[in-house]
Amino acid sequence: MENENGSGSITRREMLAGTAVAVTALAITSVTGLEAAPASPIVTPVESAGVSFNVNGKAVNLEMDTRTTLLDVLREHLHLTGTKKGCDHGQCGACTVLVNGRRINSCLSLALQHQDDSITTIEGIGTPENLHPMQSAFIKHDGFQCGYCTPGQICSAVAVLEEIKAGVPSHVSTELMGPMAFSNAEFRERMSGNLCRCGAYSNIAQAAAEVAGVTG
Amino acid sequence: MKFDKPAGINPIDQLKVIGKPTDRIEGPLKTTGTAKYAYEHNQEVTNPAYGYIVGSAIAKGMITRIDQSAAKAAPGVLAIVTAANAGPLQAGKFYVSRFLAGPQIDHYHQAVAVVVAETFEQARYAGSLLKIDYKKSKGSFDLDALKDSAQTPPPAQFGPPAQTMIGDFEGAFKTAQVKMDETYSTPDQAHAMMEPHATIAKWEGDKLTCWCSIQQMNWGVRDLAIILGIPKENIRLIASYIGGGFGGKGTVLADLVAASLAARVAGRPVKLALQRPLMFNNTIHRPKTIQRIRIGADPDGKITAIGHESWSGNLQGGRTEPATASTRILYAGANRLTRLKLAVLDLAEGNAMRAPGEAPGMMALEIAMDEMAEKLSMDPVAFRIKNDSQEDPEKPGRKFSTRKLVECLQTGAEKFGWNSRNAKPGSIKEGQWLIGMGVASAVRGAPVTKSAARVRLNSSGIITVETDMTDLGTGTYTIIAQTAAEMMGVGLDKVVVKLGDSSFPESAGSGGQWGAASSTSGVYAACVKLREAVANRLGLDADKAQFADGRVRAGDRSFALGDAAKNAELVAQDEMTYGELSKEYAQTTFGAHFVEVAVHAYTFEIRVRRMLAVCHAGRILNPKAARSQVIGAMTMGVGAALMEEMVVDKNIGFFVNHDLAGYEVPVHADIPYQEVILLEDIDPTMSPMKAKGIGELGLCGVASAVANAVYNATGIRVRDYPITLDKLLKNNV
Amino acid sequence: MKPFTYERAETLAQAAAAASKPGAKFLAGGTNLLDLMKLQIETPTHLIDIGRIGLDKIEPTPDGGLRIGALVRNTDLAADARVRTDYAILSRALLAGASGQLRNKATTSGNLLQRTRCPYFYDTNQPCNKRSPGSGCSAIAGFSRQLAVIGSSDACIATHPSDMAVAMMALDAVIETVKPDGKTRQIPISQFYRLPGKTPHLETTLEKNELITSVILPAPVGGIHVYHKVRDRASYAFALVSVGAILFKDGSGRIAVGGVAPRPWRNASAEKLIPIGAKEFASRLLEGARPTQENAFKLALVERTIEGILTENRS
Ligand SMILES: Cc1cc2nc3c(=O)[nH]c(=O)nc-3n(C[C@H](O)[C@H](O)[C@H](O)COP(=O)(O)OP(=O)(O)OC[C@H]3O[C@@H](n4cnc5c(N)ncnc54)[C@H](O)[C@@H]3O)c2cc1C
Ligand code: SF4
Repeated sequence: MENENGSGSITRREMLAGTAVAVTALAITSVTGLEAAPASPIVTPVESAGVSFNVNGKAVNLEMDTRTTLLDVLREHLHLTGTKKGCDHGQCGACTVLVNGRRINSCLSLALQHQDDSITTIEGIGTPENLHPMQSAFIKHDGFQCGYCTPGQICSAVAVLEEIKAGVPSHVSTELMGPMAFSNAEFRERMSGNLCRCGAYSNIAQAAAEVAGVTG
Repeated sequence: MKFDKPAGINPIDQLKVIGKPTDRIEGPLKTTGTAKYAYEHNQEVTNPAYGYIVGSAIAKGMITRIDQSAAKAAPGVLAIVTAANAGPLQAGKFYVSRFLAGPQIDHYHQAVAVVVAETFEQARYAGSLLKIDYKKSKGSFDLDALKDSAQTPPPAQFGPPAQTMIGDFEGAFKTAQVKMDETYSTPDQAHAMMEPHATIAKWEGDKLTCWCSIQQMNWGVRDLAIILGIPKENIRLIASYIGGGFGGKGTVLADLVAASLAARVAGRPVKLALQRPLMFNNTIHRPKTIQRIRIGADPDGKITAIGHESWSGNLQGGRTEPATASTRILYAGANRLTRLKLAVLDLAEGNAMRAPGEAPGMMALEIAMDEMAEKLSMDPVAFRIKNDSQEDPEKPGRKFSTRKLVECLQTGAEKFGWNSRNAKPGSIKEGQWLIGMGVASAVRGAPVTKSAARVRLNSSGIITVETDMTDLGTGTYTIIAQTAAEMMGVGLDKVVVKLGDSSFPESAGSGGQWGAASSTSGVYAACVKLREAVANRLGLDADKAQFADGRVRAGDRSFALGDAAKNAELVAQDEMTYGELSKEYAQTTFGAHFVEVAVHAYTFEIRVRRMLAVCHAGRILNPKAARSQVIGAMTMGVGAALMEEMVVDKNIGFFVNHDLAGYEVPVHADIPYQEVILLEDIDPTMSPMKAKGIGELGLCGVASAVANAVYNATGIRVRDYPITLDKLLKNNV
Repeated sequence: MKPFTYERAETLAQAAAAASKPGAKFLAGGTNLLDLMKLQIETPTHLIDIGRIGLDKIEPTPDGGLRIGALVRNTDLAADARVRTDYAILSRALLAGASGQLRNKATTSGNLLQRTRCPYFYDTNQPCNKRSPGSGCSAIAGFSRQLAVIGSSDACIATHPSDMAVAMMALDAVIETVKPDGKTRQIPISQFYRLPGKTPHLETTLEKNELITSVILPAPVGGIHVYHKVRDRASYAFALVSVGAILFKDGSGRIAVGGVAPRPWRNASAEKLIPIGAKEFASRLLEGARPTQENAFKLALVERTIEGILTENRS
C-alpha cells in the first residue's frame, strides 16, 4: 500500500460503501459519526468526526470535517488566530504550537490526531497584560518586525530552551552525549524551522540568550 | 503645509522622544498573537464563506472549456467565479497583470477560477474537481535567448531613464589604461513574505469593504475601483497589520480581486488567502537581470569611464528592472553610460521588490568594483574612497544634501578589522574552512512624497493619529507615535496610532524607502495645525506656546493639554507637500557593508560568519527600529547572495521551485550576529523631520559584499547569482 | 484534499487488519502524507491513524542490537542514549534532517517511506511518471539540480530524500513488517527500496497494505561515525549530497551516500577501496552514473565530501 495509484479503478461510491461495511464489521474504535453510518451498499459519506482535547487549559470538544488540520481548527473554529498560516506545508514554522509540551507544525497535523492532547498556543504562553519572559525579551530586543512569524518563533524558542535543558542534542552539538548548553549556534540551529523573512534572526537570538540567562 | 526651504529648528529637534530606541508600541500585540492580520477579522465578519483560487496549469494559451459540474455538486460549494460570470475586469494602474484569466492565459498559475464553499476544506477540494481544458501556445521564457532582441523600454514612472550618457563613454573606455568588462546575472527572486496575500471581502449593497494586506492603501482603492469598474467612494480597505510585503503587496493582486468577485457572486462575505505554492507564479516577483559592466581607470585608480547596461524581461507592458540606477550616482568618472533593455516574457509579472533596480544593480556593480580594484592592485575600500564624488556625477554643481560614503567605508573598515584581510585570495584557512572578507558600498535614493494625517486631541490629553499609512514591520506605528508625542509634548503612553484604513487621510504608503520620512512629515504637518488649534482654543499665542510634559505654556500661563479639548475634541488634518529641494540637491542614503565568510575547502559550502553595516541615512527616528530594518535587509542580502532563485523551466514556462522548501530563504542558522552602525545625518533638505529611509539601503550591496568575501576566501569568481557550491566547483581550476 | 474517513487504531492487530480496506493508508506523524494530500498527490479515502498502537519503544534485541518501534519519533530516536553512543551516525543523520518541529512529529516508518521532493512530483499540473504512471518525466529535461545521478532511469530521476535512511543503510538495518493477515517478515534495508526502472511509482518492496512495525539495528560495530550533509543553506534543507560514514581504525569503513540516487547509495565492492582513498572509492561507487548537465557536480561533490571526511578523521 505504499502506492496509492493501484486503487484508481475503484469508484468513489464503492469505496465509501466498503468503508462503512468494514467499520461496522470490525467494530474498530472509531470516531463519532461512523457508527451511525448504515451498512447498506449506498451510503452518505461520513467524513466528519469528533475530537476532544485541551487548548490553553480549556477543554474543547469539536465535530468537524476529518480533513481539518489542527491549525485550521485553532484559527477558523476556535478563532485563536495567534497561530499563523504561512505556508500550510511545514516549510515555514509560523504555525508552531506546543503539544504536550513539544513543538510541532500544526499545519501538518490533523485535529483528529490530537484526541486527549494538551495544546498550548501563543495565546496560552502570555497575554499583553501578562507577558511571558520570552515575549518581553522579544519586545526588548526587537525580535520581530511584521509580527507574522512571531508567535511561532516564540513558541519554538520557549520549547528550544526546554530541549536544551533536557539534553536533547542538535545538528551542531559537538558532543552528542555531552551536556547541552545554550549558545548562539545551538539556538540558531534549533530555531531553523522558523523562517523570518523580515530577518529578525540576530535579535531573536539575543532575546533568547537573555531568557536563557546567557549574555552575548 | 508645503516644504520648500531647508528646515530650521523645530519641535522635532528637541529629541525627547524622537531618536530614542523605543520598543515597538504594538509589540505586546504581535508577541501575543493578538494583532489581527487580514484573514483574522473574525469579529467584524462572522459568517464568511471560503474562497480558493485555482491557477492555470499552462503558461500561455487559451482556456477552451471549464467543466464545473463535479465541482458544483461537491458538498458545501456556494459559487464558482470564472471570467464567464465575473463581469468585465480592467487592469489596475500599477500592475499590468490580469487577475482572472480567460479565455487567454498570460502566465502559469494565473487565476482561472475562484471556488467558494462553506469551509476551507470544501473549497480547496472542489477546486480540484474543476476540469479545465486548455489549448497551449508557444511562449517566451528565456531572457538569455531574447537578450539581443530586447527593446528600449518606454519611460517609466519610477526608475531612471532607459539611457543616460555623459561625456564620451565608449571613447574613454577604449583608451583607459586599466579596464574591466564583465557580465553578471541576478535571478528571479520572490518576496516570500511570511503572510500570504489574503483578503476578506464584504459587500453591503454596492459598498465594498476589504480587510486585506497591501502596502499602499491609496493605490489599492484606485486600482480596485478601476479593476472592478466601481466608484472609489464605494471601496474601503483595511490593513491594520501586514505580515511583510517587501514590495510584493504594493497594491491590488489576485486575492483582493478574487475575494471581491466571489463575495459578490456568492452573496456572502468571502475570505481567501493565496496558497503558498500559488504565490510564486501567480503574483509578482523581482525579475532576472543580465548586466554588463565596464569600468576604465587611470593606473592610480581614478575612474575615467563607467558603463552599466542591464537586460530584463516582463509581460507585455510590464516595467523594466531599473538596475542601472545606482551607477548613475555612486562613483565619480567623467564619461558615463547606462542603458536598460526590456524583453517580453510570458512569466508572471516582474515588479517592485525591496530596492527595485538598486538591489540587483548593486549586486553586479559592487562585484565589478572588486574586480577592478584587484586589477589596479588596490585595496577595495581605498578604490571606492578614491572615486567618491561630493556632487552628482551626472550634473556637476548639483550637491548631495549629505553624503558620507567615505566615512561609512572608513568606520566600517576600522570596526570590522579590515586590515587583517589578506588581499591574496585563498590564503586564510581554519581547519577545513577557507576564510574571506568582502566589502561593498551601499546607496539608495531618498525619495519623500506627499502624505497626510489627522490628529485628534481629547479632554484627557490623548492624541490619536489617523492616516492610511501602513506598517508592514517597518516600525511605522512607533515612529508615528514618537513624532506626535514630540510635537505635542506628551509621552508615548498618551498617543494612539491608527493606520491602514483607506477612510483615513491619504499617506505616502509603504514603498520605495519613502514611508518613514514621508508619513512622519505628514503627521508633523497635522500636529503643527493641532498646536495652533490648541493655542487658539486656550487663548495663547501660537508662536510662543510651548508643548511639554502634557502641558501647554505661554508666558506665565499654563494648561493641561487636554484642557483645550474640554468641551469638544480638537481635530486637525494636514498634509505635507514638497517643493523643488529634491531637484536642487541629490538626496540619497549611503552605507557600507562588510562581510566575513567561511567556505568549506572540500564541499564549498558557504557560511557567513560576521556582518557589519554602516549607514548614513538621515535622522534616525528610532535607532532600534532602524537597526532592525538594516539587519533584516542584510539577511535578505545573504539570501540573494547564496540561495535565492526562482528557477525557470524554459520548456514548461514557470518557476519550478514554487514553495518555501524549494525557494530557500535564509534560516536562523545562516545568520550570525549582525552589527549595525548608524552615522549621524541630520538632513534639513528632506523635511522638518530631517529624516530619510533606511529599509532598502540596508539591502543594497550586501550580496556583493558576500560575493567578494567568497572570492577572497577561494579565489573563485562567480558572476551569476546565487553563488552556490556547484558554481564554485565548476569554476574551481 | 480528497474527503476521507478516519479511524484511530488502538492495537497493532487492528491497524494491520484495517489496511485491507479500499483506499486505506496509514497515518503516522502525517508530516509527509498530509503535505501530499493537501496537494492531491496522495488521495487516500480512509486513514488509519497508527499513532497510538504502542510501537513507540526502543528495545534491546537479544543479539545486542536495538529494535526501534516504527512510531518512535525522530527526535526521540536521535536523543536515545544508546543510539547516541553506539549508532551516532543515526543520531547525526536524523538531526541533520527537517526541523525540530518536524522531528517531534515524524516517525521512523514515516521517514523511511517519505516520498521524493522532486519539484515536478509536487506539481500536479506537470507530467510525472512517479505520480501518474506513463505521463512522462518533466525533470529529465527540466530542473534537475537536486535529482539523482545514479540508479535512476529514463522514466524517473528522483532521489529519496531521507537522511535517516542513509544512516540505516550504513548500519545494515532490517525492517520488520506485518501484513493484514498477521504474517510478519524482515526486509534488509538494502532490499527495501526499489530502483525506478519503468515503474517509478513502485518505491519499495513492501506489499500493498503491509505495515512496518519496527526497524532493527544489528549490534554496534564501533568506529568513528560521521554524517556530512551538504546543502545550500545551513539548516532546514534537503541534501544536495550527504555522506554517512563509519570509519574503522584499520582504514576500512562503511559509506552510504544520500541525495544521489532513488535510495541511499552503498556498494560493497566500492567499500573495499575506502582504505585506498576517496577518489578510488567514489569512482567505483558512482560507476555507471548518468547525471544531467545540472547535477553532474554531484559526482565531484561526493568525492570531495568523502575526501574531507577521510582527511579530518584520519589525521
Ligand atoms: C519542510 C520539510 C523539510 C524536511 N526536511 C527533511 C530533511 O532534510 N531530511 C529528511 O530526511 N526528511 C525531511 N523531511 C521529511 C520528514 O522527515 C518526513 O516528512 C517524515 O519523516 C515523515 O514521517 P511521518 O511519520 O510524519 O510520516 P507520514 O506522513 O505519517 O507517513 C509517510 C508515509 O509513510 C506511510 N507510513 C507511515 N508509517 C507507516 C507504517 N508503520 N507502515 C506502513 N506505512 C507507513 C504513510 O502511509 C505515508 O505514506 C522534511 C519534511 C518537510 C515538510
Ligand atoms: S524525476 Fe521522477 S518524480 Fe520527478 S518528474 Fe520525473 S518521474 Fe516525476
